[in-house]
Amino acid sequence: MQELEYPFDGEALLRKKRALRRELSAQPGLVGKKVAILSGTTVGEVKNMLELFLLASGIRPVFWESPYGLYYESLVFDDGSLAAFSPDVIYMHTSVHNLQNMPSPADSAEEAEQKFAAEAAHWQGLWQAAARFECPVVHNNFELPDTRVLGSFDAVAAQGRVRFVNRMNALMAQWAAQHANFYVHDLCWLSASEGLSRWCNPAAWYAYKYACDVPYIPTLAHSVACIIKALFGKNKKAVATDLDNTLWGGVVGDDGPEALAMGSESPDGMAHTALQQYLKDLAGVGILLNVCSKNEDSAARAGLRQPSATLHEDDFVCFCANWQPKDANLAAMAKQLNLLPDSFVFLDDNPAERALVRQSLPGMAVPELTCPETYVRTLDRAGYFEAVGLSADDKNRVQMYKDNAARQAQQAQFSDYGAYLRSLSMRAEICPFRPGQLGRITQLINKTNQFNPTTRRYTEAEVAACMQSDACLTLAARLEDKFGDNGLVSALIARVEGAQAHIDLWVMSCRVFKRELELAMFDTLVAACRECGVHTILGTFLPTAKNAPVKGLYPSLGFELVAETPEQADYRYSIPASYAPQCRCIEVQYTPNDAQTQEATQ
Amino acid sequence: MNDAELLKKLEDIFRENFDDDTITLTPATSPDDIEEWDSLEQINLLTALGAEFGISLGLADIRGVHTVGDMMALVRGKAGQ
Repeated sequence: MQELEYPFDGEALLRKKRALRRELSAQPGLVGKKVAILSGTTVGEVKNMLELFLLASGIRPVFWESPYGLYYESLVFDDGSLAAFSPDVIYMHTSVHNLQNMPSPADSAEEAEQKFAAEAAHWQGLWQAAARFECPVVHNNFELPDTRVLGSFDAVAAQGRVRFVNRMNALMAQWAAQHANFYVHDLCWLSASEGLSRWCNPAAWYAYKYACDVPYIPTLAHSVACIIKALFGKNKKAVATDLDNTLWGGVVGDDGPEALAMGSESPDGMAHTALQQYLKDLAGVGILLNVCSKNEDSAARAGLRQPSATLHEDDFVCFCANWQPKDANLAAMAKQLNLLPDSFVFLDDNPAERALVRQSLPGMAVPELTCPETYVRTLDRAGYFEAVGLSADDKNRVQMYKDNAARQAQQAQFSDYGAYLRSLSMRAEICPFRPGQLGRITQLINKTNQFNPTTRRYTEAEVAACMQSDACLTLAARLEDKFGDNGLVSALIARVEGAQAHIDLWVMSCRVFKRELELAMFDTLVAACRECGVHTILGTFLPTAKNAPVKGLYPSLGFELVAETPEQADYRYSIPASYAPQCRCIEVQYTPNDAQTQEATQ
Repeated sequence: MNDAELLKKLEDIFRENFDDDTITLTPATSPDDIEEWDSLEQINLLTALGAEFGISLGLADIRGVHTVGDMMALVRGKAGQ
């Protein structure tokens, strides 16, 4: 919804919140999440605005709120109500007003240090207490004090409050780096970005106990919602960008490649190059870059071959330069990458193209690009790609998709799909979850919407618990082929009860669809079941707006349907005495847990 | 702007804020008359008022504002009329 896209009008959102909530709540396919807000200041509109931005990201929040100011007591001495709520995420909305041991200029250096130690102990105690809820905790760090008794020296002196806040923020960042499930919401940066003198309104604090001025509450809520939506797999995954007057200034077909404005020679050129560099940085963390331009293919490529270009042809996964309508090109591109149009951000300087795409592909993000010098900020502030961690897989993702493009080119040479699959020389390594894989497995579970029969989400702690439990069979698959390593691309969790195993979760990355990896996983699951005396495998399909691709998964594997309602289909598979592996195109290496243990002890 | 026009502007703000086109204001309308008009909504209404009329409201301005008539007087006072 455009009203909620950066740059949004905070005051308008506050006024229109009821109408917007009504409209957003009517969207299909919303995912319910329980959000606990623990606050040291007034919550009020913070909750309402958070609700709007989460709804806009496809999440329908149910809230639990601590009583006013009792963030510490509610968490550390929970009377059972927070535990009973069983939050999917905890948001701790505290601010510089909640620092209780601020030094005074009259303190000695030792006294100031003791105060810092007391403050650190207070918050670390809180963070430890939060960990027992085993859900992601998003915590504001601290905005800088609005006033400074010591002026600039406040950032230097042992007694300085600016220094105190900076140290607290460093402590919090260190905690986040060392503890899973703990995420810093960078309130310090956000308030600086908006301007501390405007962010802090003493009247709003004295009169209402709002930590920031009222018109900035939507800004705060948007920033927090970005993290929460990222945690629940709602980030964008790809950029499709126009070229003329977007990536460079000028029109390559008219002006010629040499005349394009990019590089450091002109102010315009620098502005366009800044966007190219920002996109290149995004590609470095696994965001897929694609071209969607109305141009002759050769002219488009000539622009990217200029020495002044920062982005080059090989930075892009799909390169689509033709004269077809852009919405059709984008739909085809999404299909080729096996992504949903919702996963894309479309960049175009032309308002008509933006309007077409907004109308035709309503889930796609289409930021309002006005003048080149603001392109990067507009893209940045929207928070489409909010990172909540970086995995090795993120860094390799672009290469993996490019390998996929090479596979598709190869596929075109084969008339027989099986012959094509065999030509890929695929090797899969399938084994129970290992500790080093937990981060990637959790990420895969929480971002996979298509190959996901149950769409159950797990925290890293829950995945670890499954790994360690005797009552769970877990399998994770890596897939390699002659074009490259796809990384860890599938995970399965089955709950064992007597002679039955129930598949609670099965996810597979969309980049390895239709490669028979699901057959290899199932063959391996059957083998693992036999090892522990399981004869029957149960599967469940819970339909969502996005998982239609696996509607027929269990029947295709040989399961029989045992019960079906519009909300759920249950399947059963009785393992036959002589089971013939179904996967024929992948060389599977299965390493059961026991073999691993033996390896470890040898 | 006469009182009727000012009252109409406030009515627009209230209707949008409460998503209710049936709201009709008089200077005597108070939180007792509109169920959802609580202290949090009072803050939103004052913020909207400030934005609509381009006035910044300090502690002294918002003190004692209770009814729609108080809000009208506030706008008049800040606008220097």
